[in-house]
Amino acid sequence: MRAADPSLLPVDGLAAPPRSNGELVFEEPWESRAFGMAFALADRGVFTWDEFQQSLIAAISDWERARGDDDWSYYRCWLAALERLVQERELLSSSDVDARAVALHQRPAGHDH
Amino acid sequence: MTITDDHVPIALRTEALEQLLTERELVDPSLLDRFISMYENDVGPMNGAKVVARAWTDPEYRTWLLEDGTAAIGELGFKGPQGEVIEVVENTSDVHNVVVCTLCSCYPWPILGLPPGWYKDPAYRSRMAREPRSLLAEMGLELDDDIELRVHDSSSEVRYMVLPQRPEGTDDLSEDELAALVTRDAMVGVALVEPPS
Repeated sequence: MRAADPSLLPVDGLAAPPRSNGELVFEEPWESRAFGMAFALADRGVFTWDEFQQSLIAAISDWERARGDDDWSYYRCWLAALERLVQERELLSSSDVDARAVALHQRPAGHDH
Repeated sequence: MTITDDHVPIALRTEALEQLLTERELVDPSLLDRFISMYENDVGPMNGAKVVARAWTDPEYRTWLLEDGTAAIGELGFKGPQGEVIEVVENTSDVHNVVVCTLCSCYPWPILGLPPGWYKDPAYRSRMAREPRSLLAEMGLELDDDIELRVHDSSSEVRYMVLPQRPEGTDDLSEDELAALVTRDAMVGVALVEPPS
Protein backbone atom coordinates (compact mmCIF):
# COMPACT_ATOMS: atom_id res chain seq x y z
CA MET A 1 0.00 0.00 0.00
CA ARG A 2 3.00 2.29 -0.17
CA ALA A 3 1.68 3.80 -3.40
CA ALA A 4 -1.08 5.49 -1.42
CA ASP A 5 1.18 8.05 0.13
CA PRO A 6 -0.55 11.43 0.30
CA SER A 7 2.74 13.22 -0.18
CA LEU A 8 2.75 11.84 -3.73
CA LEU A 9 -0.09 14.16 -4.63
CA PRO A 10 1.04 17.63 -5.64
CA VAL A 11 -0.62 20.52 -3.83
CA ASP A 12 -0.05 23.24 -6.41
CA GLY A 13 -0.67 23.63 -10.10
CA LEU A 14 -3.10 22.00 -12.49
CA ALA A 15 -1.77 18.52 -11.67
CA ALA A 16 -2.86 18.91 -8.06
CA PRO A 17 -6.18 17.33 -7.09
CA PRO A 18 -9.02 19.65 -6.07
CA ARG A 19 -8.80 20.60 -2.46
CA SER A 20 -10.88 22.79 -0.28
CA ASN A 21 -8.65 24.38 2.32
CA GLY A 22 -6.22 21.56 1.80
CA GLU A 23 -8.70 18.69 1.88
CA LEU A 24 -9.19 16.40 -1.07
CA VAL A 25 -12.59 16.90 -2.58
CA PHE A 26 -14.59 14.42 -4.60
CA GLU A 27 -17.63 16.04 -6.11
CA GLU A 28 -19.12 12.81 -7.43
CA PRO A 29 -18.64 9.16 -6.53
CA TRP A 30 -17.02 8.24 -9.86
CA GLU A 31 -14.18 10.62 -9.08
CA SER A 32 -13.24 8.65 -6.00
CA ARG A 33 -13.39 5.38 -8.00
CA ALA A 34 -11.04 6.81 -10.64
CA PHE A 35 -8.80 8.05 -7.83
CA GLY A 36 -8.72 4.63 -6.19
CA MET A 37 -8.08 2.77 -9.46
CA ALA A 38 -4.89 4.73 -10.12
CA PHE A 39 -3.55 3.87 -6.68
CA ALA A 40 -4.59 0.23 -7.00
CA LEU A 41 -2.88 -0.18 -10.38
CA ALA A 42 0.26 1.58 -9.20
CA ASP A 43 0.30 -0.58 -6.09
CA ARG A 44 0.04 -3.64 -8.28
CA GLY A 45 2.96 -2.46 -10.40
CA VAL A 46 0.96 -1.98 -13.62
CA PHE A 47 2.64 1.41 -13.78
CA THR A 48 4.77 3.46 -11.45
CA TRP A 49 3.40 6.48 -9.67
CA ASP A 50 5.77 8.66 -11.63
CA GLU A 51 4.41 7.27 -14.89
CA PHE A 52 0.91 8.07 -13.75
CA GLN A 53 1.89 11.62 -12.88
CA GLN A 54 3.46 12.07 -16.32
CA SER A 55 0.35 10.70 -17.98
CA LEU A 56 -1.80 13.04 -15.91
CA ILE A 57 0.29 16.04 -16.87
CA ALA A 58 -0.01 15.02 -20.54
CA ALA A 59 -3.79 14.65 -20.24
CA ILE A 60 -4.02 18.11 -18.67
CA SER A 61 -1.93 19.57 -21.51
CA ASP A 62 -4.25 17.94 -24.02
CA TRP A 63 -7.22 19.49 -22.33
CA GLU A 64 -5.57 22.91 -22.30
CA ARG A 65 -4.79 22.67 -26.00
CA ALA A 66 -8.27 21.52 -26.93
CA ARG A 67 -10.15 23.94 -24.65
CA GLY A 68 -13.49 22.87 -26.02
CA ASP A 69 -16.74 23.65 -24.33
CA ASP A 70 -15.94 21.40 -21.42
CA ASP A 71 -15.50 22.97 -18.05
CA TRP A 72 -12.27 22.15 -16.34
CA SER A 73 -12.53 18.83 -14.56
CA TYR A 74 -9.49 17.47 -12.82
CA TYR A 75 -10.86 13.96 -12.57
CA ARG A 76 -11.78 13.82 -16.26
CA CYS A 77 -8.09 14.33 -16.93
CA TRP A 78 -7.26 11.80 -14.22
CA LEU A 79 -9.48 9.22 -15.91
CA ALA A 80 -7.99 10.02 -19.34
CA ALA A 81 -4.48 9.55 -17.88
CA LEU A 82 -5.54 6.23 -16.41
CA GLU A 83 -7.07 4.98 -19.67
CA ARG A 84 -4.05 6.04 -21.66
CA LEU A 85 -1.70 4.01 -19.48
CA VAL A 86 -3.96 0.99 -19.50
CA GLN A 87 -4.08 1.17 -23.31
CA GLU A 88 -0.33 1.64 -23.59
CA ARG A 89 0.16 -1.46 -21.48
CA GLU A 90 -2.27 -3.20 -23.87
CA LEU A 91 -4.44 -4.29 -21.01
CA LEU A 92 -7.56 -2.80 -22.53
CA SER A 93 -8.36 -0.94 -25.73
CA SER A 94 -10.36 2.23 -25.97
CA SER A 95 -13.07 0.34 -27.83
CA ASP A 96 -13.33 -2.20 -24.99
CA VAL A 97 -14.17 0.62 -22.64
CA ASP A 98 -16.48 2.31 -25.16
CA ALA A 99 -18.45 -0.87 -25.66
CA ARG A 100 -18.86 -1.55 -21.96
CA ALA A 101 -19.80 2.05 -21.21
CA VAL A 102 -22.46 1.99 -23.91
CA ALA A 103 -23.79 -1.30 -22.56
CA LEU A 104 -24.02 0.20 -19.07
CA HIS A 105 -25.75 3.24 -20.50
CA GLN A 106 -28.41 1.02 -22.01
CA ARG A 107 -29.33 -0.52 -18.71
CA PRO A 108 -32.91 0.01 -17.65
CA ALA A 109 -33.62 3.39 -16.07
CA GLY A 110 -32.87 3.57 -12.41
CA HIS A 111 -29.57 1.79 -12.66
CA ASP A 112 -27.50 4.79 -13.60
CA HIS A 113 -25.93 6.34 -10.60
CA MET B 1 -9.81 13.56 -25.35
CA THR B 2 -11.66 10.41 -26.11
CA ILE B 3 -13.51 10.44 -22.85
CA THR B 4 -15.36 13.68 -23.35
CA ASP B 5 -16.66 13.22 -26.86
CA ASP B 6 -19.53 10.81 -26.46
CA HIS B 7 -22.92 10.73 -24.95
CA VAL B 8 -22.15 8.28 -22.24
CA PRO B 9 -21.85 9.94 -18.84
CA ILE B 10 -18.36 9.90 -17.44
CA ALA B 11 -19.54 8.06 -14.35
CA LEU B 12 -20.51 5.12 -16.57
CA ARG B 13 -17.23 5.21 -18.41
CA THR B 14 -15.46 5.02 -15.06
CA GLU B 15 -17.69 2.15 -14.01
CA ALA B 16 -16.98 0.39 -17.32
CA LEU B 17 -13.25 0.73 -16.77
CA GLU B 18 -13.51 -0.57 -13.23
CA GLN B 19 -15.61 -3.56 -14.36
CA LEU B 20 -13.18 -4.49 -17.13
CA LEU B 21 -10.14 -4.13 -14.90
CA THR B 22 -11.87 -6.16 -12.22
CA GLU B 23 -12.76 -8.91 -14.68
CA ARG B 24 -9.14 -9.07 -15.76
CA GLU B 25 -8.15 -9.23 -12.10
CA LEU B 26 -6.12 -6.06 -12.37
CA VAL B 27 -8.03 -4.29 -9.67
CA ASP B 28 -10.00 -5.54 -6.73
CA PRO B 29 -13.02 -3.34 -5.89
CA SER B 30 -12.60 -3.93 -2.17
CA LEU B 31 -8.98 -2.81 -2.41
CA LEU B 32 -10.22 0.31 -4.19
CA ASP B 33 -12.53 0.99 -1.28
CA ARG B 34 -9.58 0.61 1.03
CA PHE B 35 -7.44 3.08 -0.89
CA ILE B 36 -10.24 5.61 -0.90
CA SER B 37 -11.02 5.17 2.76
CA MET B 38 -7.33 5.31 3.58
CA TYR B 39 -7.41 8.86 2.30
CA GLU B 40 -10.65 9.59 4.02
CA ASN B 41 -9.92 7.98 7.37
CA ASP B 42 -6.76 6.07 7.99
CA VAL B 43 -3.65 7.75 6.66
CA GLY B 44 -4.22 11.02 8.41
CA PRO B 45 -5.36 9.95 11.86
CA MET B 46 -2.55 7.39 12.01
CA ASN B 47 -0.03 10.13 11.36
CA GLY B 48 -1.52 12.27 14.11
CA ALA B 49 -1.67 9.27 16.43
CA LYS B 50 2.05 8.69 15.96
CA VAL B 51 2.71 12.29 16.92
CA VAL B 52 0.59 11.88 20.07
CA ALA B 53 2.22 8.59 21.06
CA ARG B 54 5.68 10.10 20.64
CA ALA B 55 4.71 13.07 22.82
CA TRP B 56 3.38 10.70 25.50
CA THR B 57 6.59 8.70 25.64
CA ASP B 58 9.23 11.37 25.03
CA PRO B 59 9.02 14.44 27.32
CA GLU B 60 11.50 16.42 25.24
CA TYR B 61 9.48 15.79 22.10
CA ARG B 62 6.31 16.81 23.95
CA THR B 63 7.86 20.14 24.97
CA TRP B 64 9.02 20.75 21.42
CA LEU B 65 5.63 19.79 19.99
CA LEU B 66 3.83 22.29 22.19
CA GLU B 67 6.34 25.03 21.44
CA ASP B 68 6.63 24.50 17.70
CA GLY B 69 4.07 22.00 16.43
CA THR B 70 4.94 22.52 12.77
CA ALA B 71 8.61 21.65 13.27
CA ALA B 72 8.05 18.77 15.70
CA ILE B 73 5.44 17.20 13.41
CA GLY B 74 7.71 17.79 10.42
CA GLU B 75 10.41 15.84 12.24
CA LEU B 76 8.22 12.74 11.95
CA GLY B 77 7.85 13.34 8.23
CA PHE B 78 4.43 15.02 8.17
CA LYS B 79 4.08 18.47 6.68
CA GLY B 80 1.35 21.06 6.69
CA PRO B 81 -0.85 21.03 3.58
CA GLN B 82 0.52 24.22 2.09
CA GLY B 83 3.01 25.24 4.68
CA GLU B 84 0.47 26.29 7.28
CA VAL B 85 1.39 26.41 10.90
CA ILE B 86 0.16 23.52 13.00
CA GLU B 87 -0.34 24.43 16.62
CA VAL B 88 -0.73 21.68 19.18
CA VAL B 89 -2.76 22.33 22.32
CA GLU B 90 -2.52 20.04 25.31
CA ASN B 91 -5.36 18.61 27.38
CA THR B 92 -4.68 18.36 31.09
CA SER B 93 -6.76 17.47 34.12
CA ASP B 94 -7.81 21.16 34.30
CA VAL B 95 -8.08 22.17 30.65
CA HIS B 96 -9.85 20.59 27.71
CA ASN B 97 -9.26 21.82 24.17
CA VAL B 98 -11.49 21.41 21.14
CA VAL B 99 -10.99 22.51 17.54
CA VAL B 100 -13.46 24.00 15.12
CA CYS B 101 -13.29 26.05 11.97
CA THR B 102 -16.12 28.53 12.25
CA LEU B 103 -15.63 29.96 8.76
CA CYS B 104 -15.24 26.84 6.67
CA SER B 105 -13.55 23.56 7.44
CA CYS B 106 -9.83 24.18 7.87
CA TYR B 107 -8.30 21.00 9.16
CA PRO B 108 -4.75 19.65 9.53
CA TRP B 109 -5.36 16.90 6.97
CA PRO B 110 -1.80 15.54 6.60
CA ILE B 111 -1.95 14.42 10.20
CA LEU B 112 -5.69 13.90 10.66
CA GLY B 113 -6.77 12.83 7.17
CA LEU B 114 -9.95 14.08 5.56
CA PRO B 115 -12.29 15.80 7.98
CA PRO B 116 -15.38 13.92 9.06
CA GLY B 117 -18.73 15.09 7.72
CA TRP B 118 -19.81 16.62 11.02
CA TYR B 119 -16.73 18.84 11.14
CA LYS B 120 -17.98 20.62 8.04
CA ASP B 121 -21.53 20.80 9.30
CA PRO B 122 -22.76 24.38 9.87
CA ALA B 123 -24.39 23.31 13.15
CA TYR B 124 -21.09 21.99 14.54
CA ARG B 125 -19.25 25.08 13.40
CA SER B 126 -21.64 27.57 14.94
CA ARG B 127 -22.58 25.65 18.07
CA MET B 128 -18.98 24.81 18.98
CA ALA B 129 -18.35 28.54 19.13
CA ARG B 130 -21.57 29.36 20.97
CA GLU B 131 -22.31 26.46 23.30
CA PRO B 132 -19.38 24.07 23.21
CA ARG B 133 -20.11 22.34 26.50
CA SER B 134 -23.59 21.23 25.59
CA LEU B 135 -22.55 20.27 22.06
CA LEU B 136 -19.72 18.12 23.42
CA ALA B 137 -22.15 16.47 25.83
CA GLU B 138 -24.44 15.65 22.91
CA MET B 139 -21.44 14.14 21.13
CA GLY B 140 -20.84 11.94 24.14
CA LEU B 141 -18.23 13.91 26.04
CA GLU B 142 -19.46 15.18 29.40
CA LEU B 143 -16.94 17.53 30.97
CA ASP B 144 -16.97 18.46 34.64
CA ASP B 145 -17.88 22.07 35.24
CA ASP B 146 -14.53 22.81 36.83
CA ILE B 147 -12.63 21.88 33.67
CA GLU B 148 -11.79 24.91 31.62
CA LEU B 149 -12.91 24.50 28.02
CA ARG B 150 -10.91 26.21 25.29
CA VAL B 151 -12.26 26.35 21.75
CA HIS B 152 -9.71 26.92 18.99
CA ASP B 153 -10.83 28.34 15.69
CA SER B 154 -8.71 26.97 12.86
CA SER B 155 -7.93 29.15 9.91
CA SER B 156 -6.04 28.82 6.68
CA GLU B 157 -2.96 30.13 8.51
CA VAL B 158 -3.08 28.15 11.74
CA ARG B 159 -4.48 24.66 12.13
CA TYR B 160 -4.88 23.15 15.55
CA MET B 161 -4.43 19.64 16.82
CA VAL B 162 -5.29 18.51 20.33
CA LEU B 163 -2.77 16.51 22.32
CA PRO B 164 -5.11 14.30 24.35
CA GLN B 165 -4.36 13.05 27.86
CA ARG B 166 -2.70 9.69 28.08
CA PRO B 167 -5.19 7.29 29.63
CA GLU B 168 -4.54 5.60 32.97
CA GLY B 169 -3.14 2.11 33.01
CA THR B 170 -1.07 2.43 29.85
CA ASP B 171 2.41 2.52 31.43
CA ASP B 172 3.38 -0.80 29.93
CA LEU B 173 2.32 -0.05 26.37
CA SER B 174 4.80 0.58 23.58
CA GLU B 175 4.69 3.69 21.42
CA ASP B 176 2.95 1.74 18.63
CA GLU B 177 0.40 0.30 21.03
CA LEU B 178 -0.29 3.78 22.37
CA ALA B 179 -0.71 5.17 18.85
CA ALA B 180 -3.36 2.55 18.17
CA LEU B 181 -5.47 3.97 21.01
CA VAL B 182 -5.51 7.51 19.64
CA THR B 183 -8.56 8.42 17.60
CA ARG B 184 -9.28 11.24 15.21
CA ASP B 185 -12.04 12.50 17.48
CA ALA B 186 -9.63 12.75 20.41
CA MET B 187 -7.26 14.87 18.32
CA VAL B 188 -10.11 17.20 17.36
CA GLY B 189 -11.10 17.29 21.01
CA VAL B 190 -14.60 15.86 20.85
CA ALA B 191 -13.61 12.66 22.66
CA LEU B 192 -11.06 11.36 25.15
CA VAL B 193 -8.58 8.56 24.50
CA GLU B 194 -9.98 5.47 26.14
CA PRO B 195 -7.73 2.97 27.90
CA PRO B 196 -7.38 -0.41 26.16
CA SER B 197 -10.36 -2.61 26.87
